[in-house]
Amino acid sequence: MTYLFQQILNGLQLGSIYALIALGYTMVYGILTMINFAHGDLFMVGAFLCFILAALLGLSFIPTLLLTMFGVACVGVLIERAAYKPLRQAPRVSAIITALGVGLFLENFTLALSPYPKQIPQFLTSVTWTIGGVSFSTLQVFIIGLSVLLMIILDVVVRRTMIGMAMRAISWDKFVAPLVGVPVDFVISVTFAIGTSLGGAAGVLYGLAYPVIDPYMGIMVGWKAFISAVVGGIGNVRGAMIGGYILGMLEILVVVVFPSTYRDLVTFTLLLVLLIFRPYGILGNPVPQKV
Amino acid sequence: MFCINTLMVRNRWLAPCVLGLLFLFSIAVQRFELLDPYVQLILIYVGINIILTASLNLVNGYMGEFSVGHAGFMAVGAYTASLMTVRLLPPQMAGLSFPIAVICGGFVAAVVGLVVAFPSFKTRGDYLAIVTLSFGMIVKSVIENINAIGGPRGFLGMEKLTTLPWVFVWTVLSVWVIRNLVYSKFGRGVLSIREDEIASNLMGVDTRHVKVLAFVVSSFFAGVAGALYAHVLQFITPRAFDIIKSTDILIMVYLGGIGSLAGSIIGATVYTVLLEVLRPMGVWRMVFMPLVLVLLMLYRPKGIMGLKEFPWFVPIRDLLAVRSWREKKQATR
Repeated sequence: MTYLFQQILNGLQLGSIYALIALGYTMVYGILTMINFAHGDLFMVGAFLCFILAALLGLSFIPTLLLTMFGVACVGVLIERAAYKPLRQAPRVSAIITALGVGLFLENFTLALSPYPKQIPQFLTSVTWTIGGVSFSTLQVFIIGLSVLLMIILDVVVRRTMIGMAMRAISWDKFVAPLVGVPVDFVISVTFAIGTSLGGAAGVLYGLAYPVIDPYMGIMVGWKAFISAVVGGIGNVRGAMIGGYILGMLEILVVVVFPSTYRDLVTFTLLLVLLIFRPYGILGNPVPQKV
Repeated sequence: MFCINTLMVRNRWLAPCVLGLLFLFSIAVQRFELLDPYVQLILIYVGINIILTASLNLVNGYMGEFSVGHAGFMAVGAYTASLMTVRLLPPQMAGLSFPIAVICGGFVAAVVGLVVAFPSFKTRGDYLAIVTLSFGMIVKSVIENINAIGGPRGFLGMEKLTTLPWVFVWTVLSVWVIRNLVYSKFGRGVLSIREDEIASNLMGVDTRHVKVLAFVVSSFFAGVAGALYAHVLQFITPRAFDIIKSTDILIMVYLGGIGSLAGSIIGATVYTVLLEVLRPMGVWRMVFMPLVLVLLMLYRPKGIMGLKEFPWFVPIRDLLAVRSWREKKQATR
């Protein structure tokens, strides 16, 4: 039983990271109906920025986190302005392929600059408490707490502020929103900045939990976060959070029952079964097709 | 004008003659070592990539779905064919048994493709992308967990049976089959699904049937390409068929242009050859290539060929129809 609790805690930790990245996918999708396949690699850029700031410049945790989020947001907005904005009227696939290309570019550019895996220093002292046989490390609690805090802030921003209202307006109808005075380009850039900075934060947290980072780490984590966004119902902010936690929990809990090499097999089979019963995700609504 | 000229030049024996000559040339190259082995290897890869690209184009380009798990079918074909040549078929008959193994690889991949086709009845777009993506991961994971075929260590022991003539034959065959499918009644159905699935259903297209057939044909040729690939490399691991491989194929499809077989051929050739030519750049070529792709998408979002086709790929009947339509349009103007 304690073992199960321990694993649930691990699942929450992994799920928080997936949820943070999935938010970036889902926000961009909601507003542009475009899958930003470079997002997983922006997460990787976040982890590397964290490495540079923490190991090479020796900053402490809070400035590292904030600077990383800011840096990744800048990269995200730059990519949006340079690569995605000209393609807004183009067929959807062109934008998707551009995103794949940008992702490959980020991976290989990082690889060319630093060919070897790097280790992020342990710059948060971790204390382990044991309560009733379950050991909590402060790090784990901190990761889960910080991601939940970020998600609550995001939820408030999307639901309660003017900019959040503008985002929802564009995703509701992107042709009418500019007519009533919503500055579309600005709002899209802000969406990218928020989404990618959450990805950057996930990179820092991932680096805390699993300190060895390499340029290709964003591929698998990114695709898995994308899957969680779809499972939750893509375009739905709360759905992405739920999807991230579901996938994280599944991945950890499957290993409790099956041998660890069966993790991907069982997880993805379960996801397929879920999609058969809820083809539009958990919180997504089926889009009515007009004929 | 261009179309009319090609109509006059073209007669029914031209294409078989040219292809036959090229085939003889490929045999000669292999027999007398006319080309550097390195160049031959690149040509073999170009051929395999053309098969992969053309087959993915059938689903992604012509049918307008977004399948992301093509490397999974490739893996199925590669493992099936390798198991057959190494374990099942007698090695002294390698020359004879190789085509059988390749066909079996394609066949098993096609059966798997049938399974993946079923979710496409219910879901489209991004959700179908997830299904194919998960499928690719499941295939990789299953192979990693079967110890009898090497698991994560990979599988080796194949002879180098893939030669230039074989690759040539399979490439021509796959392009020919896909071209004939696209310009058949079935192909019209595929195109109508891309344009509007509901409307095509209302017009009497059996969309389920068309989707299944497209997925099956596409995965068959992916399996064939996998089988050929396994017998060039002589060593396969599940990691060789992961998402990165699928992404590569996707890039070749969209680089060339969706909905154009000429585009698939050009896309696969340009991508493969350019990567080899840029080899002196080392890691930086992998930085350079995505930049080229992004720039191409920015300035030519439809890919190199877009929806255009080589005129000699289009059946004469269709060219004539286009010509008479243009004349009518001009007359009314």
